[in-house]
Amino acid sequence: MHYLIGNLGHLFVIVSLVAALVSAFSYWKNFYSTNDLTKKSWLVNARIAFYMHGLAVLGIVSVLFTIIYRHYFEYHYAYSHSSLHLPGQYMVSCFWEGQEGSFLLWMFWQAVLGIILIHTQRNWEAPVMVVFALVQAFLASMILGIVIPGLDFKIGSSPFILLREAMNDPIFKTNPDFIPADGHGLNPLLQNYWMVIHPPTLFLGFALTLPPFAFCIAGLWLKKYSEWIKPALPWTLVGGAILGLGILMGGYWAYETLSFGGYWNWDPVENAVYVPWIVLIAAIHVMMLTKTNSKGLKTSIILVIVVFVLILYSTFLTRSGILGDASVHSFTDLGLSGQLLLYLIFFTAMALALLAKRWKEIPSDPNEISVYSREFWIFLGATILCLMGFQVLLPTSIPVYNKIVEVFGGHSNLAPPANQVEFYSKFQLWFAVGIALVSATAQFFWWNRMSKEKLKSLLAPLLISLILFAVVISVAKVYQPTYLILTLSGIYLIVSNIKFLSSVLKLNPTLSGGAIAHIGVGLMLIGLMFSSGYSSVVSLNNNGIPISKEMGTEFNRDNLLLFINEPKTMAGYDIEYRSENLELRNKKGYVRKNDIEPTNDPFRVVANKDILYQGKKMYSAKDTFEIYPENTFYEIEMRKNGKIAATLYPRIQINPQMGGFLASPDIKRNLDRDIYTHVSLTLNREEEPTWSKPEEVNVKIGQRFFINDYVAVLEEVNRVEKIEGVELTDGDIAVKARIRVEGEHEPFYAEPVFLIHNNSEVGRIPDEINDLGVRILLANIHPQTAEFTLICDARQKDWVVIKALEKPYINVLWLGTGVLMIGFGVAAARRIQEFRK
Amino acid sequence: MKRTYILAIVVIAAAIGIIIATAGDASTYVNFDQAHQLALEGKSTQIHVVGQLKKDTAGHVVGLQTSDDKLSFSFVLVDDNQKEQNVIYNEPMPPDFLKSEKVVVIGGYQNDQFIAHKILLKCPSKYQNNTLTVNSKP
Repeated sequence: MHYLIGNLGHLFVIVSLVAALVSAFSYWKNFYSTNDLTKKSWLVNARIAFYMHGLAVLGIVSVLFTIIYRHYFEYHYAYSHSSLHLPGQYMVSCFWEGQEGSFLLWMFWQAVLGIILIHTQRNWEAPVMVVFALVQAFLASMILGIVIPGLDFKIGSSPFILLREAMNDPIFKTNPDFIPADGHGLNPLLQNYWMVIHPPTLFLGFALTLPPFAFCIAGLWLKKYSEWIKPALPWTLVGGAILGLGILMGGYWAYETLSFGGYWNWDPVENAVYVPWIVLIAAIHVMMLTKTNSKGLKTSIILVIVVFVLILYSTFLTRSGILGDASVHSFTDLGLSGQLLLYLIFFTAMALALLAKRWKEIPSDPNEISVYSREFWIFLGATILCLMGFQVLLPTSIPVYNKIVEVFGGHSNLAPPANQVEFYSKFQLWFAVGIALVSATAQFFWWNRMSKEKLKSLLAPLLISLILFAVVISVAKVYQPTYLILTLSGIYLIVSNIKFLSSVLKLNPTLSGGAIAHIGVGLMLIGLMFSSGYSSVVSLNNNGIPISKEMGTEFNRDNLLLFINEPKTMAGYDIEYRSENLELRNKKGYVRKNDIEPTNDPFRVVANKDILYQGKKMYSAKDTFEIYPENTFYEIEMRKNGKIAATLYPRIQINPQMGGFLASPDIKRNLDRDIYTHVSLTLNREEEPTWSKPEEVNVKIGQRFFINDYVAVLEEVNRVEKIEGVELTDGDIAVKARIRVEGEHEPFYAEPVFLIHNNSEVGRIPDEINDLGVRILLANIHPQTAEFTLICDARQKDWVVIKALEKPYINVLWLGTGVLMIGFGVAAARRIQEFRK
Repeated sequence: MKRTYILAIVVIAAAIGIIIATAGDASTYVNFDQAHQLALEGKSTQIHVVGQLKKDTAGHVVGLQTSDDKLSFSFVLVDDNQKEQNVIYNEPMPPDFLKSEKVVVIGGYQNDQFIAHKILLKCPSKYQNNTLTVNSKP
């Protein structure tokens, strides 16, 4: 038992909480001290306290990581999130698989940002850091794990509790020092490289919404109503980039790992981060405007506050368990709902109170806004963005609405829309069109003093867009009206921004961020439209008999039942299921389960023939090598016009501890389209199959015969000295037949054994050819006629149910994402430089 | 009137429009009797029913049927009012289906059959798993 390390971790948590509070208080005192000397000493106090807080957070992180890395399974966190066999890089993922770890990650990033702020923002330090330290104190309280004596009220959930404190297993009564030999393991869906970098990116994005909020509060507090924008803007831009990147990484992970057939599902969890990001983007645009004049100052302040409140709200939604029946994600309620609500209400109320108090003093521009001004277009865009967010926020909050009605004694049975994807898409699509049109046009107003006469400068880009549009739709065959409009707006957005990019690059390349980012958005819209709107189910069919007449005969089925080595033709593809495979541990590739024999170590196997993968020899027969036993990869071959279009290996993990059956797709990436397939259902090998009526044949050596319609030949019959698994004594005679059966792609061999024990007892060991579903028994030997009696029977062949999709032009989406990020980078670099001056 | 006000009115109108559209598209949680009533009234909106799988005294799921080609299946769901209903789902059986504690079906009645278009499963979370593999570290 390693008690010390857990106690140390717990101590660090307490220190981090206390230090954050001390720091907030000291900054407060520093701010309100009039005496120079006390002011200075409070500042020193505050800084030391924040540094201590930072060190304590680092301490918590190191302790938790040590517990995971060194497999201290006496700790609940290590036991429930990791295991001995887990590859090193995924140890990092264990860290944030639990809620406590993700709070910690969030806290860690904010501590880092806080320290950067202390060193860069001398003028704003005290008020900004008061907000920072308070937020940190709230987060630290989430992982405190202290029960207030007498009240039975728990504050926070500690990552350092021992297994015996978390579980009521009877073993702990008899043996309190019991330590499990191995941990529960990391959810296999999270054993993916994206899960190593997606959570840190996302939480850095979360953390980056705090500096703008803190500056905004400081601005209101100090009555520097417009000055806060300049230092806040670079943070907001970086935040927009990182949060967006984090969200997209999550989408990419879902596309690669989950099997819902896409990258975005409009699940409440996704919506909960999408909405703040959309509003953050609106905030960035309005803030850029406000930097030069007082127009939109109030809007900037409101938006920045709203973004932060939305981040808190999204934390509340996803961690309080309130989404319960509404989401496919299962959230564990750590009993922090009250605390999370307090966190949300505290900062919302504080910000609103301060805003209300200062509202009248905030300068605003009384002049009428002109349609030809850049302000008008920015506001229009920001308004659309906000409505876009609102449209998603509202249905996502239905469970909250139900809860509120319940609290007031009512009853509400409202449920989120039944088909989320369809529901959200039909609205978001039109908002996206609006955004594209406004931001394409806004570029003309941003850079020029526009007037009625100059409007004709819009003509050229519009014409070019129309020509490009005609090319795109005739090549890609887009006919649906809504998609046509979306495509046209996307192209217009790209064309108008390319025009400005080319002129800005000549003028001053540092100003090109906006144009680049908007080109990225245009590409993303087009990529989204194609990959989602024209995603087609390759395995679509209406074959077979539906389970009930009620369903009608014309019922589309998205899934396909494939028997091994029997191709089916669907949507221009021949789809064939070839084999079950395991992943090689030391080489990149797969090995067929039929080609290997197990050893005592589940991670090591012996080859029973030369192992080929993609035509390359990986191992020779009789070699012992390592594999990963947990995952089964189903080899699915897809051919188009006789040529192999893709060989895919979708994954299944049967893992009773993780809820049974976990499926991940495999994707064949082509330049113009992805082919995506995942397994929906597999054969249960634990169930005894039903065998057909056995058939008897008498054959001579070399004679051809049929087994279940396959051509077979008895090649040889030999006496053998050794049989695996059977103890042979001197008087025993063992005979092994070798029967060659011609499969669809390759021959298979069955080697049944005939055994005479003590000259009297006869034993027969049948041999099964797994791929063909046949079993052969050597029943008798007739020395007079030189014939052998074989008994053959057959079962249903191995099968798998799969779903396959085609996603056209999805690479345009990823390309757009990359371009957007570059744009953000350029813009942020410019604002940081500007701030430094 | 100032343009700002016109814009404000448009925004408010749009927001109200979104609220109405959401309310119109929102589904409801009902039991099977209510769902049946809705279908009789000719409302074809999809609704949510929360229930549990029908089990015998030994805890085995009963009333399960899979089509020959394994691509669809039907099961008996018991709603909160203990009403049993045969539910048809035109997808392969989700592999962890039998282990789920609670099943939310989204769909509606067609004649006397409940056709589910989507199934949400609430499986016992791995965190609630209180069983340990008992062989301690040497």
